[in-house]
Amino acid sequence: MSAVMANWRRLFVPGEGKGVPVGIFVAIFAALVLVAIFAPLIAPYDPNTQNLLGRLKAPGTEARGTYYLLGSDELGRDLLSRVIYGARISLSVAILSVLLSGCVGTALGMLAGYRRGWVGIVVMRLVDIFLSIPAILLAIIMVAVLGPGFVNVVLVLALTRWPRYARVAYGQTLSVAGQPYVRLAKAMGAGPVRMLFLHILPNIIAPIAVVATLEFGLMVLFEAGLSFLGLGVQPPMASWGAMLSVGRNYVSNAWWIATFPGVCLFLLVLSVNLIGDRLSDYLNPKSR
Amino acid sequence: MAEPTLEIHDLSIGVGPHNVVDGVDFDIGRGEIVALVGESGSGKSLTALSIMGLLSGSVRQTGGTATLAGNALDLDNDHAMRKLRGTALSMIFQEPVASLNPLLSVGAQVSESLVVHGRASRAEAWDRAVEMLREVGIPAPEQRARQFPSELSGGMCQRVMIASALIAEPRLLIADEPTTALDVTIQAQILDLMRRLRDETDTSVLIITHDMGVVASVADRVCVMYGGRIVEQAEVHELFSAPRHPYTKLLLATIPRLTGERKSELFSISGMVPDVASWPEGCRFRTRCPLATDRCATRPPLEAAGAGEGHLAACWHSDKVEDLA
Repeated sequence: MSAVMANWRRLFVPGEGKGVPVGIFVAIFAALVLVAIFAPLIAPYDPNTQNLLGRLKAPGTEARGTYYLLGSDELGRDLLSRVIYGARISLSVAILSVLLSGCVGTALGMLAGYRRGWVGIVVMRLVDIFLSIPAILLAIIMVAVLGPGFVNVVLVLALTRWPRYARVAYGQTLSVAGQPYVRLAKAMGAGPVRMLFLHILPNIIAPIAVVATLEFGLMVLFEAGLSFLGLGVQPPMASWGAMLSVGRNYVSNAWWIATFPGVCLFLLVLSVNLIGDRLSDYLNPKSR
Repeated sequence: MAEPTLEIHDLSIGVGPHNVVDGVDFDIGRGEIVALVGESGSGKSLTALSIMGLLSGSVRQTGGTATLAGNALDLDNDHAMRKLRGTALSMIFQEPVASLNPLLSVGAQVSESLVVHGRASRAEAWDRAVEMLREVGIPAPEQRARQFPSELSGGMCQRVMIASALIAEPRLLIADEPTTALDVTIQAQILDLMRRLRDETDTSVLIITHDMGVVASVADRVCVMYGGRIVEQAEVHELFSAPRHPYTKLLLATIPRLTGERKSELFSISGMVPDVASWPEGCRFRTRCPLATDRCATRPPLEAAGAGEGHLAACWHSDKVEDLA
């Protein structure tokens, strides 16, 4: 166990790894997650309370007893509170869609790689078809059909992104299924379920986890993109993407509305991507 | 002798249009160690895999029957064979380190077959695994059981694999080149271990190898394979002292000796093992055989030859093999 711990240390401690200490990004990510979880405790005001006399107030101003640390939006809502609550939307959409697409994609990819034959052909051609359609276009079409909203956004994202996992899981399963220990497990009488979940899945989970972290950042951006286009979560729910969309209209006289959610998006995606990048270095035995 | 543990009759295995194993017959008695010897491509590993019901892809059994302790094996029925794998039949492989799942503890892997077949609770299985690890000579088995394969040496891993194969007390253990990847001292220990466990448990063993040294040190009886057929079968001492098939004789002659004059060049059998597609009619060794005559164009039956009981050879000229230099 201590060897494992030492390796984990190397992932976070600067100097033992390479480049920027990834610990900073882990801290940023953790902070954003904590903010999302404890949003009601942290947010100074209700994110949806309008104050039409305090519209478009600059950061650091006060109007009618409300102190706008990050300014107010076009309906006089406190931007800080909305950014804090927006973290909930961004993170939960990303987490749920990554989990859903990851599970579906990995399961299908493993099945295709293990059974091969016509199962493999059908699944992998489906993957090719999905990957050949621009993801954002597919998402737009599906939201148009299903209608916008939180649950639908998650479903749409999962449906457009599962092929990425399927392809990685397929390739990894093919290579692991040829390993002698899989042959031995078979000679011990292990059935397909045990084989897939005990012998194959744990041995292919590392590259899938890397894909998942990189996808996580992409999901945050996708959600923001859909919300920006008005196809994501609906008002008055606070979503960073939707806030960007609104803020765009006021960017000349109220720069803060688009800027603060944008900065948060930037930090979230950057930290997740760098963590994923370091994770892939760490998990790839060739680069250790 | 009582009913044999395993009887193979007329087993054939095809890859595409060719039968790479062609009418193989042999049996293994209770507690007997039989070695299946041959060059790469002689079909020995496929024979073993087919007994386990593990042929896959385009490789198929095309004929023959197998009987385990009197019960016919339905080699094509994966579901039926799965119930036997890890209970009545076990197999170990070469590459001991790669044959263990790197992410599972040693104890979990040794107890795998008990858990798979629901023959013991997890805790019981673990205790049995520790016991089994002690049995195969692993020191401090309680600690070792919690370790991972990467923390063990190759010889240790082979002991672990043997433990995992024998924990279910199978009737037949198939060992496919179990010592090929190990250095010579470890090799001797592993072979000793296999013999000792056979003595204690009365498990029958089919050992597949190309190494005559392994054969001499562990086997009771030997089947020599060439070109997908068994060409000679004999009790081990008889095979080494009085081979009755020219292939066996020449194969033994290729082993360098320490005694006698040192030759500048090692002896080798002339020619190459022919490709499956160009196997000759009749005796498949005849293109390389110094005794070959026209008669060899018809397939020689595997029949009694030599003095020993149960000594069989598939050669028209088995009486002349003795004089072969």
